Amino acid sequence: MSDLRELYQDVIFDHYKKPRNCHVLDCANHQAEGYNPLCGDQLTVYLKVDNGVITDLSFNGSGCAISTASASLMTEALKGKTLKEVEHLFDDFHQMVTTPESAPEGAPRRDLGKLEVLSGVSEFPARVKCATLAWHTLQSALRKQTNPVSTE
Amino acid sequence: MKIESNAAVRPADTESDAPDWRDDFPILREEIGGKPLIYLDNGATTQKPQAVIDAEVAYYSRRNANVHRGVHTLSQRATDDYEAARSKIARFINAASPEEIIYVRGATEAINLVAQSYARPRVKAGDEILISAMEHHSNIVPWQMVCEQTGALLKVVQINDRGELDLEYFARLLGERTRLVAVTHLSNALGSIVPVERIIELAHAHGTPVLLDGAQAIAHLGVDVRALDCDFYAFSGHKLYGPTGIGVLYGKTALLSAMPPYQGGGDMIRSVTFEKTEYNDLPYKFEAGTPNIAGAIGLGAALDYVSGIGIAAIAAHERDLLDYATAQVEEVAGLRIVGTAAHKASILSFTLEGIHPHDIGTILDHQGIAIRAGHHCAMPVMQRFGIAGTARASFALYNTRAEVDALVAGLHEVQEMFKR
Ligand SMILES: Cc1ncc(COP(=O)(O)O)c(C=O)c1O
Repeated sequence: MSDLRELYQDVIFDHYKKPRNCHVLDCANHQAEGYNPLCGDQLTVYLKVDNGVITDLSFNGSGCAISTASASLMTEALKGKTLKEVEHLFDDFHQMVTTPESAPEGAPRRDLGKLEVLSGVSEFPARVKCATLAWHTLQSALRKQTNPVSTE
Repeated sequence: MKIESNAAVRPADTESDAPDWRDDFPILREEIGGKPLIYLDNGATTQKPQAVIDAEVAYYSRRNANVHRGVHTLSQRATDDYEAARSKIARFINAASPEEIIYVRGATEAINLVAQSYARPRVKAGDEILISAMEHHSNIVPWQMVCEQTGALLKVVQINDRGELDLEYFARLLGERTRLVAVTHLSNALGSIVPVERIIELAHAHGTPVLLDGAQAIAHLGVDVRALDCDFYAFSGHKLYGPTGIGVLYGKTALLSAMPPYQGGGDMIRSVTFEKTEYNDLPYKFEAGTPNIAGAIGLGAALDYVSGIGIAAIAAHERDLLDYATAQVEEVAGLRIVGTAAHKASILSFTLEGIHPHDIGTILDHQGIAIRAGHHCAMPVMQRFGIAGTARASFALYNTRAEVDALVAGLHEVQEMFKR
């Protein structure tokens, strides 16, 4: 079985215990609520988008170590990114957490920098939804969906 | 009629018995990531003894045919086995007759059947259906649907901080317009044993029938539907060492007879013309279509197995495990037991300070320990306690004190990990 430490790296605990950008964003012009019915985790993502660039973002809510750390890391990774870049990052992130390292892979994956600490999730299929909750919620916020998204 | 099942008590030292019982369950020899499986998610579903697996194999290998339809030998065999299982179920819960046993997919379908065939045609706008604050979603949503369909109101009996149903509150809610009471016999999220005898007494004094959700209780408490005098009793085979996809609705004959069918199709009719269809007798009126024959036979085998040990012996063993586990987790710092009712069975729900149940579940799984993490399909219970979810260890006859020790050690490891 895959090593637990691959999943629970120190950086994950750091972001779980001291989540970054974890507050309501008053100046937000996009926001959405995300919900994981499996575990009851709930979070809100706030975005300020100007001229196709995310100038500020934050999240709020409670969740497990993986979903909280993932949300925190996401807010750090996306500040200042264009919507096009965000789209690519979403795809790469999704591929990273859903494709086990052992899987025979086609195209090699782009290095995702600090987000790489979540690559261990791919060995824990039951936890993929925790890692992607913030990202799905982000997408929903960008589309300005008013309904809460669900990872089910 | 006497219920042998509940009477057969194995003497004394049940703890040392568990290892023998363990041998009956092939899956307990599985390893999870190189560690022996410690299965503490019995509230979700129990494992199956070899006898149940064998019964299904034997059915498909030598006796498979459709029931109630063939003149040929195999069909007769299948029908005999299928109906024999129904009789076993009737004896197991001490029903007055096998026709009071309706085969369904599980507790969920049983409750939906009562909601749609009993409640919906009877209740009017402004009538009330009474449930408790610790119901599983499957004993909430079917009633909400009936309320939506009829304009009736759903009333909820509150629970106290220990997870005990407030009987006084219940008595106050019980009123002129209460048409049905539907409560759990044993809470899946908290482990509370609900004082259903009192509830039934009070409800009947008002002329109100009572449905008990026995999904959890059936494997842990001796259930005698006639002694309880409940009007409906719902449970699933898979939480009672039987197969998935088969369950039971017990109902008193007088009530069932007066109810319209739940679904239409084959087997539930006596005669069909395009002008008029005459429905079949009980229990077939409620069993449209080819049923889960192998499941019913498997459930019959599960009841034989359980009766062979005796529910009383199982309950005593699980009582010991729950007491032991409750005492052992006391020493885990930051652990809070959710559900501390005076009367409990088989379920230990808890939170660990600063650690989400989901993370507890993953880290324990890494040690081969299977527990449930989350809201346990009882979100209102979680809201009542102001938490998103709990970690839940739930016991069955094959669990041991050594497994409880492993759980406690596992929890320490979880905390170690989160200390970094
Ligand atoms: C108290 C209670 N009621 C109802 C159910 C539903 O049972 P099933 O899903 O087998 O229909 C469960 C199972 O989780 C339960 O614990």
